[in-house]
Amino acid sequence: MSERPIRVLIAKPGLDGHDRGAKVLARGLRDEGFEVVYTGLRQTPEMVVSAALQEDVDVVGLSILSGAHLTLLPRIVALLREAGLGDVLVTAGGIIPPDDIPALREAGVAAVFGPGTAIGEVADFLRANVRDRSA
Amino acid sequence: MTEAAAAHGVRLAEEARAGSRRALARLLTEVERRSPAGEAALRLLYPLSGEAHLVGVTGAPGAGKSTLVAALIRAARATGRPVAVLAIDPSSPITGGAILGDRVRMQEHAGDTDVFIRSMAARGHLGGLATASVDAAAALAACGFPLVLIETVGTGQSEVEIAAVADTTLVVQSPEMGDEVQAIKAGLLEVADLVAVTKGDRPGADLAAAQLRAMLTVGAQHDRAAGDRPRPRRPEVVVVSGATGLGVADLLAALDRRSAAQRTEAGMAASRRARAAAQVDGIVAERIRERMADPARRAIREATIDAVATHALDPYDAADRLLREILP
Ligand SMILES: Nc1nc2c(ncn2[C@@H]2O[C@H](COP(=O)(O)OP(=O)(O)OP(=O)(O)O)[C@@H](O)[C@H]2O)c(=O)[nH]1
Ligand SMILES: [Mg+2]
Repeated sequence: MSERPIRVLIAKPGLDGHDRGAKVLARGLRDEGFEVVYTGLRQTPEMVVSAALQEDVDVVGLSILSGAHLTLLPRIVALLREAGLGDVLVTAGGIIPPDDIPALREAGVAAVFGPGTAIGEVADFLRANVRDRSA
Repeated sequence: MTEAAAAHGVRLAEEARAGSRRALARLLTEVERRSPAGEAALRLLYPLSGEAHLVGVTGAPGAGKSTLVAALIRAARATGRPVAVLAIDPSSPITGGAILGDRVRMQEHAGDTDVFIRSMAARGHLGGLATASVDAAAALAACGFPLVLIETVGTGQSEVEIAAVADTTLVVQSPEMGDEVQAIKAGLLEVADLVAVTKGDRPGADLAAAQLRAMLTVGAQHDRAAGDRPRPRRPEVVVVSGATGLGVADLLAALDRRSAAQRTEAGMAASRRARAAAQVDGIVAERIRERMADPARRAIREATIDAVATHALDPYDAADRLLREILP
């Protein structure tokens, strides 16, 4: 039997067309030993949740630049719970005003990483906070 | 195997069979980890997976494999058939991490519960990639997905391992110059049952297909037996476009014809036998490694290896001793 690396889904919900940041994060996490499932741009909350379910990921990392975080992120958390994936860690990154962070935390987003966050810091947070989902 | 783990595996298998996609996803994780739960689930599912058609889809990086897989899913769904995909990407040999990016091209199917797409990293499988992916495919087949498309990047070992266990290997070739040379270099054509020249919406595809056909004719006198089973002497070359869907329905029909022919083959289809052999051999290797990992035996192993390192013992004697240790 083997321990699998932590599996992270990286998705970009919303309509903006920039995924450079998401790709940098994907490569960085790979180099930290994570398995990163990348789903690309313009994902609806339903698409994110269906991918998270099929891929059985431990973490859903959402990169968001469009300003729609206050609607999209809580919706994704709610749909994950509905799908029985309440034990999946949800994190967000991109351009999110600090004033909005408490509401997102309240909605179930475990961490919000600002644009300058070092990959190592993200990796450490994920290692420390993923839940054991093997039972 | 602990009873709780086995019961967990059986429960996942039953729920997955009853249609729970979440249970199926969890089950695939257990299968991939080679855990006792995964083993218990497979014992239950293997007998129910006999109708599977495993199609390996391989080709150079960027050849258009994922786009073509998405188009094949579309063609299969148009007739109401469920489809599963295992998308395998290489892992970093240093960190063990991986970027699994094939899903990007397949997300149009995300809302369809009769399409199940799972990404898998190539390395770190104890019984080998073939064992893990064949087991995953068996689980998918038993849970309502008899057509399983397995995408691998044709740059090294993975595609050869998958070709050895697939019923059909589809080699995807893009018409761009340079790719062709790469395909030959990587020995990809050696494992082909069918060749799809994709990006057929662009100029050059027909020419590339003609070149490939000519090349395959030259090589036809050799027996192509790569991957443990005979391959057609001259695999069919078809022009398709994953982007526009050109030729994709015909390609799916060609895959179905192969599947039907294999089913009616006198005796057993060679691919099934090759797959069974890879599975059993993989599990035997896994069992040996497991037994060796037991602490008492590990100590004996270390001591035996030390003795070989100092030339006090020859490696053949050493191996025989270790085998006697682990066999009852
Ligand atoms: N015009 C055209 N472009 C295509 C077609 N299929 C793929 N492409 C493009 O080719 C590039 C690679 O396509 P993918 O489907 O990701 O190729 P792949 O072989 O799966 O790539 P890897 O998994 O990274 O090895 C993308 O930019 C696609 O848009 C096609 O039929 N026509
Ligand atoms: Mg691909």
